[in-house]
Amino acid sequence: MNAIAAPASAPALPQGTQWRAFRAVLRRDLYVTYREFPAFLAQVILQPLFLLFVFGYVLKSLHYTRPDYTDVLYPGLLALTAVITALQALAFPLVAEFGWTKEIEDRLLAPMPTSFVVGEKVLFAVLRSFTATLIMIPLGIIVLGSIPWRWAGLPLLLAGLVLGALVGAGFGLVMGTFVRPERISLLFSLVFTPLLFTGCTQYPWPSLDHIRWFQIVTAFNPMTYVSEALRGAMVPDEVPHIQPWICIVALVFSVCVLLTVGSRGFYRRAID
Amino acid sequence: MSTTAGGQPSGALSSDAYDLDVVVEESTGLAVEVVELVKRYPKAAVNAVDGVTFAAAAGEVFGLLGPNGAGKTTTVGMLTTRVRPTAGAARIGGIDVMRDPVTARAQLAVVPQRSNLDRSISIRDNLIFHAAYHGVPAGERERRADEILDQFGLIDRAGDKPDFFSGGQSQRVMIARALMHAPRVLFLDEPTTGLDPAARLFVWDRLRELRDSSVTLLLTTHDMDEAALLADRVAIMDHGHLLALDTPDALISTLEGEGTLELTADRPADGTVVDALGALAGVEKVETVHLAAEDGAPGGSPSDSQPLRVRLYLTGDAALCVAPAAAILTQHGLALQDVKLGAPTLEDVFIHLTGRTLR
Repeated sequence: MNAIAAPASAPALPQGTQWRAFRAVLRRDLYVTYREFPAFLAQVILQPLFLLFVFGYVLKSLHYTRPDYTDVLYPGLLALTAVITALQALAFPLVAEFGWTKEIEDRLLAPMPTSFVVGEKVLFAVLRSFTATLIMIPLGIIVLGSIPWRWAGLPLLLAGLVLGALVGAGFGLVMGTFVRPERISLLFSLVFTPLLFTGCTQYPWPSLDHIRWFQIVTAFNPMTYVSEALRGAMVPDEVPHIQPWICIVALVFSVCVLLTVGSRGFYRRAID
Repeated sequence: MSTTAGGQPSGALSSDAYDLDVVVEESTGLAVEVVELVKRYPKAAVNAVDGVTFAAAAGEVFGLLGPNGAGKTTTVGMLTTRVRPTAGAARIGGIDVMRDPVTARAQLAVVPQRSNLDRSISIRDNLIFHAAYHGVPAGERERRADEILDQFGLIDRAGDKPDFFSGGQSQRVMIARALMHAPRVLFLDEPTTGLDPAARLFVWDRLRELRDSSVTLLLTTHDMDEAALLADRVAIMDHGHLLALDTPDALISTLEGEGTLELTADRPADGTVVDALGALAGVEKVETVHLAAEDGAPGGSPSDSQPLRVRLYLTGDAALCVAPAAAILTQHGLALQDVKLGAPTLEDVFIHLTGRTLR
């Protein structure tokens, strides 16, 4: 058989077709988020806001916590917001899209590789995560009166937030593609809650020396390293924290593992 | 370069291998081409699609007819890059869907059985974003969306979200969406299953209009009326195999006789009745008809518990045969419950090929 130039029925794709499809899908996601912004805010802000209010304001006002507890709490809650927002942007929508709405099919049939569909999901989750953490800054100032801030720690803060968002996106991909729709409520109780409370968001990891077994448990939660990196960036002298380089290495490793496993799960669901 | 028609090992190529240098290796001029296509799902005992070969020319309406579980949807899944073939080749407009799924996707559109519309946005936005995914320029996609919505009688509801649409309306929206990027090949999976008669007629009208443009339609259906009405050619599938492929008329003309007479008795009966009916003057052939097997179960085996149901293929007028046939049933102690006269249809072809009804 000879190789013949493309027949009239099969034109080559114009350059940039795949990236155009990628941008269009991202635009759709941003459009929906923009239109449902109040719902987005409620979904991502309410939980850290209440934690901030109860632990940072109420308990402090009642003198149940030390005045400097907000130094421990605030970076932890930023970490929590970064991870959980990205996770929520993927986990539940993916379970629904693959499970019953099948909305994802129109994207999977767009002229771009399946890896682009995954990449768009991750990028969108990171953007949502950034938006939420950005909102947490004025919220913190309003609720707590002031927040710990160090310009010198900004690069580490940004690195921690990016990696935290990617960790959350990785968790979201894994959960969204491996959890069956009928198990979605289990997802909440068996995965979400433990993840939330073992991530060192309300306590610094080194101080867990007294509860050795729990310290070991928390060391396996990637969110711990996000909280600790942010403490290293914002309150390095006030609060004991894990060395930033250890946090970065642990987070890069976690991101690689989670995104690899999550992408595999995505491919498995996308192509039979 | 050359390609072989035989199987590519499924794991050998990335599902998204994208290489503009390998756009087309064979110029066949065919819109859809399937060669010895095989799909075996993990842990399945048999192949869901077992060595199917067919081709559809540009502008043709091609029907895949068969009962549920025949392998129609899996075949379409492979052609539309959503199911990875175990062996064989599938090409859209000469493009191998496994080697170059991205280019293949640009050529095709899919209208699935169940709604997969984007529920977060209006149906007009559904159309516009779909066109954007496929690179239709901004002004053009809005103009086209309004034009197609108008043509489909949906313009008044353009701003509504898909949740408020009935099954038939969703089907309409999905066909409208599929047309937004002017695909060369449109796949429709059971396009009118579950629709009320009016909605079904509407969809059929739209599909006939498409047939008159140069879009290639590949529709799967278990409705032989739909296949006979719309399709230029029909492939009959059962248990993953292609049993026959031709125009509806040619398929029907393969059946002997000019008419059929279908008789249903009140009770089961043995073979002597069938033999006696076969001996009647003007009867060319007698077939015992069994009800369709359940999904996935092997069908076609006669069941003793079913009342006798036979189909006589006749050389002469069917009406003249009713009285003598009824007399034979009476002689064997059976009462006639139902009589159907008719010219052969695609369903008769299916029964002829498989010994079962389609439903």
